[in-house]
Amino acid sequence: MTALLVHQLYINSALPRHKFGFQFLTGRTWDPVNGDFGALPFIYGTLVTSALALLIAVPMGVGAAIFLSELAPPRISNAMTFVIELLAAVPSVIYGLLGIFILVPFLRQYGEPFLKRTLGFLPLFQGPMYGVGMLAGGLVLAIMVVPFIISISREVLLAVPTEQREAALALGATKWESTWQVVVPFARIGIMASIFLSLARALGETMAVTMVIGNDPRISSSLFAPGYSIAAVIANEFTEATGDLYLQALIELGLVLFALTIVINGVARIFIISTTKKGSRL
Amino acid sequence: MRLRTVWRKLVNYVMFSLTGVCALVTVGVLFFILGYLLWHGGSSLSWTFLTHLPTPVGESGGGMANAIVGSAKLLLLASALGIPIGFLGGVYLAEFGGQAFSSVVRYTADLLNGVPSIVMGIFAYAVVVLPMKHFSTLAGGLALGVMMIPIAVRSTEEALRTVPLMLREGALALGASKWKTIATVAVPAARKGIITGIVLDIARVAGETAPLLFTAFSNRFWSPGWNQPTASLPVMVYTYAISPYDDWHRQAWAAGLILLTLVLAANVIARWTVSGESAR
Repeated sequence: MTALLVHQLYINSALPRHKFGFQFLTGRTWDPVNGDFGALPFIYGTLVTSALALLIAVPMGVGAAIFLSELAPPRISNAMTFVIELLAAVPSVIYGLLGIFILVPFLRQYGEPFLKRTLGFLPLFQGPMYGVGMLAGGLVLAIMVVPFIISISREVLLAVPTEQREAALALGATKWESTWQVVVPFARIGIMASIFLSLARALGETMAVTMVIGNDPRISSSLFAPGYSIAAVIANEFTEATGDLYLQALIELGLVLFALTIVINGVARIFIISTTKKGSRL
Repeated sequence: MRLRTVWRKLVNYVMFSLTGVCALVTVGVLFFILGYLLWHGGSSLSWTFLTHLPTPVGESGGGMANAIVGSAKLLLLASALGIPIGFLGGVYLAEFGGQAFSSVVRYTADLLNGVPSIVMGIFAYAVVVLPMKHFSTLAGGLALGVMMIPIAVRSTEEALRTVPLMLREGALALGASKWKTIATVAVPAARKGIITGIVLDIARVAGETAPLLFTAFSNRFWSPGWNQPTASLPVMVYTYAISPYDDWHRQAWAAGLILLTLVLAANVIARWTVSGESAR
């Protein structure tokens, strides 16, 4: 099945691959009218939003996982985990819906002016503030991937043998020291795996990002500026694509995205298999 | 020495409170989403919404009956494709299958699970839409069905693995063939787990939008048969939300509410059954 998938993607993107070669990946212009296709703005947008999402989601997710596995009483921990798993099941259009109607107006009115005032000297936080843009995309993604990081990290942390904790505590460490210096390092590969898995999800996430990123294929250093991601451009332009070259350029973008996520997922799975031995469940 | 102890205790408390805050914020997000959808969507939800077709732009009122039926049709198709393949694959992995080969299959299933949904859409487009030259319910069903396979495989396999070996040995000792053992002993014993997995699987693809955009496309009218483009709830939420009309925004909230309620209800019920099972 997977092989068939790769095959189809490969065949159907032959045209632009022959025409542009590797320049497809580095070209900066996306001009369907003149038949000039370069994917760099999309790759840039995808990477920036995903990086931003991880920057926010990793500390949040790992922190919450530590709380759930180490500190919270089992009853509360189980109830919260239940809720977090539900959160992971919320369809992505719903996140996009909330993104458009709550997050974007909020960013436009309060969030971005605040960032501009306090951190405006950085090139990241300059330029006009539209609300929609890479910042909004990254934030929505962050909210979406946190549940994944939490549920996987929690399981890895719970798998750490109790003896490890007891030994640290017996040596006079405080509970936090035992957690941070013994338990977390012990589970570090599993936590890395959870981060990679959520990175793969963030890269491939389509709807929520499409709805808030602004959809403008330009590369700019400011997070306020509208951007575009690979998945978003496919979603938006696929049905409107005229001509084989245009359509196949989009399919090739799909191939790029596919390759990216497969590599990241593959690495994450290997991490998981090497930690939990059975490597199943997750 | 004294000061250091105090400092360490302080760090202890501060860091643990921080982690607690992280957990609370995350949990809070769900209730925020639910509350907001209820508040916004609840007010525009009505009987008309459930039973009428969308009205032309500019006229208020109307509903999404065609999208609800469309979603149901898509899910039916997807299940017809994804569940048998996934189920049999899972049985194979758990009951037959050599070590090396089944771990390759398992690894591939996991990778397939991680493929972005939009790429699945392109796949269905290339396989169904291109040869047929038009969008159809069939293509949408295929895209969703392929997405269901990896989860169905893994959940079936795991459910079967929890069945104790002794049950199988008992059946085999009574002279049943391997196939009989699986069909009459192992699968019924794992029934609950398998069904739960499949319900969760359906709930997951029910909310998928991206692969439907260019396979099932959308339709403002009823879609007869399987060969026409059809509307579906997630796609409706998307197109209505990015539209410039207030009335459509209200309907997007209502459709979102229905979608979320269905998905969460399926999840809660499925998970409750599982936890009830393991408690016993």
